Amino acid sequence: MISLKNQAAIAGIGCTEFSKNSGRSELALASEALVAAADDAGLPVSEIDGLVSYTLDPTDEIELARSVGAGDLTFYSKINYGGGAAVGVVHQAVMAVATGQAKNVIVYRGMNGRSGQRNGQGVSGDIVTSDLVHWSWYQVYGMLTPGSWIAMIANKYMHKYGVTPEDLGRVAVSQRNYATTNPRAFGYQKPLTMEQYLESKMIAHPLRLYDFCQESDGACALLVTSLEHARDLKQKPAVIRGITQASTQGQEQMTSFYREELESLPEMELAAKRVYEQSGLTPDDIDAACLYDAFSSEVVMQLESFGFCGRGEAKDMIKDGALDIDGRLPNNTHGGLLSEAYIHGLNNVAEGVRLIRGTSTNQPAGVEHVLVSSGVGVPTGAVIFGQD
Amino acid sequence: MTTPSRIKPVLGHDNQWWWEQAANGVLAIQRCQNCGALRHPPRPMCNHCHSMDWDFISASGKGTVCSYTVLEHPKFPGYEYPLIIVLVDLEEGTRITSQLLDCEPADVTFGMAVQMKMHQDPDGFQLPMFTPAN
Repeated sequence: MISLKNQAAIAGIGCTEFSKNSGRSELALASEALVAAADDAGLPVSEIDGLVSYTLDPTDEIELARSVGAGDLTFYSKINYGGGAAVGVVHQAVMAVATGQAKNVIVYRGMNGRSGQRNGQGVSGDIVTSDLVHWSWYQVYGMLTPGSWIAMIANKYMHKYGVTPEDLGRVAVSQRNYATTNPRAFGYQKPLTMEQYLESKMIAHPLRLYDFCQESDGACALLVTSLEHARDLKQKPAVIRGITQASTQGQEQMTSFYREELESLPEMELAAKRVYEQSGLTPDDIDAACLYDAFSSEVVMQLESFGFCGRGEAKDMIKDGALDIDGRLPNNTHGGLLSEAYIHGLNNVAEGVRLIRGTSTNQPAGVEHVLVSSGVGVPTGAVIFGQD
Repeated sequence: MTTPSRIKPVLGHDNQWWWEQAANGVLAIQRCQNCGALRHPPRPMCNHCHSMDWDFISASGKGTVCSYTVLEHPKFPGYEYPLIIVLVDLEEGTRITSQLLDCEPADVTFGMAVQMKMHQDPDGFQLPMFTPAN
């Protein structure tokens, strides 16, 4: 069996401006991010031979390849399940590199998530597929948005463990605090207080406005290559110690409502088990994280999924300031999806790379290992980055 | 001017029968004809014994609230807000996503007893909803 440990690294990252109205096509955004990632690594674009994106991404691999003048492609792929793909795309690239299918793979996501197709506006469609039948059980009752689906699980979890609105608010405020110093972030120079959080509009009980991520236009791209090659490029490699996809029994897209227990995230627990096993690391070895945060409640629950505390203890960990820069687990130091931008989680992966390089705008001291997860409530995944 | 109506379910082999039962006033629960396991939402195959033979039972409509959310924003045409969405554990053992009627949002509680009430839209479309049980 081929182990993926230490086989590959992220050698380049590139992002466009994040905005509410890019005024450009997704192809333009993805092209700019790709070239920025290649330049960051010092790799000629012509040497890119693999491309991976999300099934929800409107820019096909060959459109992007033509646009930027990539080389011959020997590997291209798309990963399903919305933000669940954020780690999945990297996983595809790592497997391709580790097995020699491609040498330099760019993973990308470019979206006009505010000015174009808005995820927050829900789902619709008229071709009968099993996926559309799935969504129809919820649409018919008016459950049309990601917030409505996540709220159902969040409410149950909060009820069981006595999690308060203030506990969710602490996640939102902590991440906004990071964003205020990050020029890329929507929350740049826009502080958020607990009072403002608590006064914000209720959207889908128990989730308020500030429990929701941004809707953003922008793109991110990452260059995945072999560790050996990464060492010859410009940046310090973010070495992949462990990476996996994860989907578990009873998995639905966003609405896994029929499992016996609703107060945990089984797919994240599977992802955790796999990345810890692959890497030989434990939660104690993780110094910082970018836990997927389309909604604040997801961060709370994942602290338990990844073993940073026991069931029901996440709220206490957060109260102790664990997520802040001097805390046990600085989390989403760029502001995350809540306060930097929502580029479907790929901007969280990019921040994970910065944390290894030591270049985050909120760089904690002594970061050896960073955990990044992808979408919550969907088939998902996780990656652990380490120092070379 | 027509009144905006809710988004109707797409209808395929695996779910059309269930909506036909709702139109008849029945809250159906799919049952495996081989091992007898009940399942919801409907699927073509039993995930216990892999049988594709199934029928259904008519649920009593009695259940308890497993979880809920109250939707306030965004407001879509065809739905009334605040909209209380409930997960109901039916006494037969399956769980269903539905709407709670005749209840103030502040009065919903975990574990509260509810009873199915077949709801009919102005356009005649029927779907199972729930009300607090007396």
